[in-house]
Amino acid sequence: MSTGGDNSLRNPLKTARGYGSAQSGVRHWWLQRVTAVALIPLSLWFIGLALALVHADFVSARAIIGQPVHAVLLVALVVALFWHGALGLQVVIEDYVHTHWKEIALQLAVRFGAFIAAVACIFAIARIALG
Amino acid sequence: MAEFTLPKNSKVRQGKKYPARAGAKDVRTFRIYRWNPDDAENPRVDEYEVDMAACGPMVLDALIKIKNEIDSTLTFRRSCREGICGSCAMNIDGTNTLACTRAVGDCAAGDVKIYPLPHMPVVKDLVPDMTHFYAQHASIKPWIRTQSAPPPDSERLQSVEDRKKLDGLYECILCACCSTACPSYWWNGDKGEGNDFLGPAILLQAYRWIADSRDEDTGARLDELEDPFKLYRCHTIMNCTNACPKGLNPAKAIGEIKKLMVERKGA
Repeated sequence: MSTGGDNSLRNPLKTARGYGSAQSGVRHWWLQRVTAVALIPLSLWFIGLALALVHADFVSARAIIGQPVHAVLLVALVVALFWHGALGLQVVIEDYVHTHWKEIALQLAVRFGAFIAAVACIFAIARIALG
Repeated sequence: MAEFTLPKNSKVRQGKKYPARAGAKDVRTFRIYRWNPDDAENPRVDEYEVDMAACGPMVLDALIKIKNEIDSTLTFRRSCREGICGSCAMNIDGTNTLACTRAVGDCAAGDVKIYPLPHMPVVKDLVPDMTHFYAQHASIKPWIRTQSAPPPDSERLQSVEDRKKLDGLYECILCACCSTACPSYWWNGDKGEGNDFLGPAILLQAYRWIADSRDEDTGARLDELEDPFKLYRCHTIMNCTNACPKGLNPAKAIGEIKKLMVERKGA
């Protein structure tokens, strides 16, 4: 508890008002919902694609993914998925990790991890579709 | 880091037992959290057997009976005994509620467990320190804010429709049952790092003034709330709405604030 101890000479309102408003948060909230809505049709389509690939051999699987429609939708799915995931994990870390250096390290790990993973996926899809 | 276990000096121990008098007809056991700041002891849970045949129906009646007849050291807040002052908010039978409006008969069978409001600093026994909660309420400036001069010969008037928009908001008695039921408020309500979550009660109060047709400072109020922590720590967990002993819906009020935030900014 931070309102006692050394702060006992401060008015509690000083602690409550804190740094004031950061004037942000709407964009994050909105983007989380936009990516969530995008993921509904994309996930349904992806389940269909995955089922189509279950019994396909390597060559025919490559051919299915290489079709422009599937390749484009796969890239869209990857972007929406990792974007949405990064936004969500950011909030989880903000909620629970209150040691400053740990929080910054984790936030960097999430962002870099999501970015690298998304780039790697897109690269793989592009190689199949274009190669 | 959020703390999920109690520190050593907060671990709760088994306390004393106060058996009912011989000849008691309808005995109910109350297990009550006790902590005294004046001794160096850990918190403990005392057991009181109360003869419900000689006691009023509400949990507050039982607490008053215990204090009057069994153990005068038991400490709790109470005043109006009719659900309008919010003083006797505590955790009864696993739910934050008012002791005066909660019937003993509505508690689950077995012992009735009574603890102070969760995740608040304890002053003594069932009395939590509400300082920060009240300061957070003060921080949203919970009074009418206007730019226009008041009418010279009347109150500021409001249509019947506009008055109806305050129903479900004005009834809040600031008992803190909702805020102290909210996990987000537990982890981020009292960090004291300058970016605390305001919690459902204070956000409902903020919306009460945003929704008031006579208030002229809506933009500033929204500005003051647009913050990843003050407002957006709400993850729609809905414990607030479940807990409210007045049947209000703080989660909906917070949702309305979030809608206004998007509306004024555009997608």
